[in-house]
Amino acid sequence: MNIVNFTPMESLLGGLIIGLAVAILYLMRGNYTGISGIYFNVISVNKSGFLWRFLFITGLIIGPVILSFFSFTDLGFEMPNTNPIIVILGGLLVGYGTQLGSGCTSGHGVCGIGRLSIRSIVGTCVFVGAGVVTVFITRSLGWVVL
Amino acid sequence: MGGVVMMKNIFIPLTSGIIFGIGLVIAGMTNPAKVMGFLNVFGNWDPSLMFVMGGAIIVSMPAFLFIGKKMSAPLFNKEEGFSQQLKKNIDSPLVLGSAMFGIGWALVGFCPGPAIAALTQVDGNVFMFFIAMSIGMLLKKII
Repeated sequence: MNIVNFTPMESLLGGLIIGLAVAILYLMRGNYTGISGIYFNVISVNKSGFLWRFLFITGLIIGPVILSFFSFTDLGFEMPNTNPIIVILGGLLVGYGTQLGSGCTSGHGVCGIGRLSIRSIVGTCVFVGAGVVTVFITRSLGWVVL
Repeated sequence: MGGVVMMKNIFIPLTSGIIFGIGLVIAGMTNPAKVMGFLNVFGNWDPSLMFVMGGAIIVSMPAFLFIGKKMSAPLFNKEEGFSQQLKKNIDSPLVLGSAMFGIGWALVGFCPGPAIAALTQVDGNVFMFFIAMSIGMLLKKII
């Protein structure tokens, strides 16, 4: 193991800001910030609670646009794997998997762990573990260089 | 729409989403190379994502476990109250779904939130992932 590209200050600051967004939605509106669930309810046009979910998702796009107006150097953007088959397969797995497992990094990883939910702690360990094994395999096969 | 309803249905979700999106970019979550670097524990490892999750939990945990517990209802949502509709059991859909999600996350480097926030990159590959992710979610509803 080599430690590379480590950005503890930026990532901690970003994490604290994400936590603030989670706390605002929960304390002021009572909802968990599980993005896969919120987004699914928007695209499946669930009539009850459509507006607030739609605006939250819109905010996720407006936020980076606002940030781009400030002279701020972000941590870059690079996709190590742009093979269209992999991109589509990855998207399908993320979409289907988050619905089957009822949560993603925000729902299980932040809100669930924040509530000390055993179910979410198990979910987070499974998806991080599956991710670590997958990167090991794809790197060994030479599909991706990291 | 009255003031409380405007707060509840417009200003709060929009503000929370904007702040969340800004946090994702600052944290480096919208950079797939950084996410895959975090999952590359057996190679050139970038531990930064632990700090993202840690930072988010430091702020959200007191909101869930202390402040929220002291409040009878959310500030602008007395009628619905705090969300309760959460499963507690560990079942096979949780494990299987999370494993599928983890594999997809590691193949491309995007989870749902950053994939949406990264649409601002106006990049064809991000858009392709985003569409496939949306189809994957809707497939779960059908199958």
